Amino acid sequence: MNNVLAYLDPILFGALPYAVFLFFFLGTIFRYRAEAFTYSSLSTQFLENRSHFWGSVPLHFGVLAVLAGHIVAFLIPRQVLLWNSKPLRLYILEISALIFGILAVVGFVSAALRRYADIKVRVVTSLLDWAIYGLLILQAVSGVYVAIFHPWGSSWFAVSISPYLWSLVKFNPDITYLAAMPQAVKLHIVCFYLLIGLFPFSRLVHILVVPNPYLWRKPQVVRWHGRARWLAGEKG
Amino acid sequence: MDVRMQISMVFHLDKCIGCHTCSIACKNIWTDRKGAEYMWWNNVETKPGTGFPTRWEDQEKYRGGWVAPQGKLRLRSTSKGKTVFNIFHHPHQPTMDDYYEPWTYDYQNLFNAPEGADQPTARPLSMVTGKHIDVEAGPNWDDDLGGSPVYAANDPNLEGLTPEQRQQLSSVERLVFFYFPRICNHCLNPSCVAACPSGALYKRGEDGIVLLDQKRCRAWRSCIAACPYKKTFYNWFTGKSEKCILCYPRLETGEAPACFHSCVGRIRYLGVMLYDADRIEEAAKRPNEALIDAHRSIVLDPFDPEVLSEARRNGIHESVLDSAKRSPVYQFVKAWKIALPPHIEYRTLPMLFYVPPMSPVMASRTEDTIRHTSEDLFHDIDRSRVPMKFLANLFGAGHEAKVRYALRKQKAVRWYRRALTVGDVEMSVAEHMLREADSSPQEAEAIYRLTSLCTFDERFVIPPMHREEALQMLQDPMEHKQGAGFGFVEAPERGL
Repeated sequence: MNNVLAYLDPILFGALPYAVFLFFFLGTIFRYRAEAFTYSSLSTQFLENRSHFWGSVPLHFGVLAVLAGHIVAFLIPRQVLLWNSKPLRLYILEISALIFGILAVVGFVSAALRRYADIKVRVVTSLLDWAIYGLLILQAVSGVYVAIFHPWGSSWFAVSISPYLWSLVKFNPDITYLAAMPQAVKLHIVCFYLLIGLFPFSRLVHILVVPNPYLWRKPQVVRWHGRARWLAGEKG
Repeated sequence: MDVRMQISMVFHLDKCIGCHTCSIACKNIWTDRKGAEYMWWNNVETKPGTGFPTRWEDQEKYRGGWVAPQGKLRLRSTSKGKTVFNIFHHPHQPTMDDYYEPWTYDYQNLFNAPEGADQPTARPLSMVTGKHIDVEAGPNWDDDLGGSPVYAANDPNLEGLTPEQRQQLSSVERLVFFYFPRICNHCLNPSCVAACPSGALYKRGEDGIVLLDQKRCRAWRSCIAACPYKKTFYNWFTGKSEKCILCYPRLETGEAPACFHSCVGRIRYLGVMLYDADRIEEAAKRPNEALIDAHRSIVLDPFDPEVLSEARRNGIHESVLDSAKRSPVYQFVKAWKIALPPHIEYRTLPMLFYVPPMSPVMASRTEDTIRHTSEDLFHDIDRSRVPMKFLANLFGAGHEAKVRYALRKQKAVRWYRRALTVGDVEMSVAEHMLREADSSPQEAEAIYRLTSLCTFDERFVIPPMHREEALQMLQDPMEHKQGAGFGFVEAPERGL
């Protein structure tokens, strides 16, 4: 079994990332240009308001924090290792990462349960939504599992995963970094690639349209025909 | 002075018969779609009553509109920081239960039911889930005071009324109600626009119509909490919010919006108002009792040469200025001051105004005699069946003066016409009343004509929208030269 998996490694970790990121960029751009109408968070709070809180809030804050941690470790691995050189600092980082990871698991599971339990929300849930939920739960659970059973991930991520990811960025994939990785870690990585591949076709696209200009624009928006004045935040 | 043009509206509540033709006209054109079944861009409420969605005027619950503590204008529902923090779960959202779950009936069962001892019935089917539901409430559930001890008693406008006044509203033989048709007010200071994180909502510069860009909406639903009139709606199927578009495709071709056009009681007026966009914020910040005057003051006089020259400088077309001069809305709101904005205390500066209702005919009763006159000619306005305080909560931000003024003037006009046509009132008394009501025979005649004898073209003075000029600036005339009449319209498909 392990041999088969090892045989698959170059495909899963060398080729798959390029395929899914190609999908990701082409798909999101094409969808934004051709079908802007379908970009939406597709909120279901209107149909069910109570358990919505217990799914949506923990999952979003959990994922945001954990994702930010991964990105930091990817961008500045040296500094992360330096931070971890003192055990206390390492424990603080690992425990807070674990808490956010558990938050994400709790959020995804309760959001999926809500989708199943409330019939109104169920009717607006597509097959693809269920697939995304399955992958996200697998992703979060495998992440928490790794954090508990293969500890000090913040350090070994910086040593092995960061160089692997950088090798991908440099179009020179080096999967030897992953050779010794436990299966749970590999599962975690493959899940991520699959999510990236499904991203442009799914409701996940709402992540790309978070409303940052809102923080700077004037309260009122006025649009004029034939004048681009409204773009400049024309007063109301 | 930054002169702009706004399509504005007046609803004359004394003439509304509560037939809901407007609602149906709108529903059939715009909201008869999946996900929009529950929406009523135009609805007619019975007052006192809880309205649609239930208790929409209760801003403690819904947090709509603006507040202006210490002279700083801010949204009641949210701030920029809070919007970011609450974006995953908006704390003040109405849910479908606050409106109603739309339903149809299982008509097929009437045909397909197996033979049995009982007659088959058509049970309600949810239009969301397709399953049988037990209907517990719907829009207009309390129409004509249906179930009023349960529903009308919850009307937020009853706040501040004495127990006697409440009693008076519902005592048998003096029972009273009136209708309150509502559409989007196309406000000058729209809180829905200000709250939208995506910048999808906007006011059209040329005519002031507030629209929601379907391609930019991301379903954060901030507009729904922020609109104090609850006139933006969330389409649960497409995942986009929607609102009344004032039938702009009809307006652009010179036709009245469907709800106006179909109005049986002819209660609706539509016309141009010129306003000063520089003074919107200043007006919206005034204290409650000064809001109506401040709102009126930013509406500009279309006969003032200075206003006209500023308007021309802003590129407003001469033909639009002509229709501004003939605008029935300007007459009701600014010249006669008998049309008032609904709940101006929400500070959105609505551009739909209401002439407060006089009905039922007011009379005083001594022993067994019902008298229609008295020494104090206006006494019965304050003793009318609808308490003044109730109307003031709706149309005067809780202050009675402006409502009383509008009702006194309307009453004086009635008496003046009565003196002219029936003759049981002395003309001298009628003229005395007109003077007391800050009016004149000329004005009374004009009010009478526009209220009672108005033709279609007098009620709807639709300016040419000059879209052709706007489009010419936008588009290359040669662009469509070889493709005229051929293209694609994208269906509003739900995203995955």
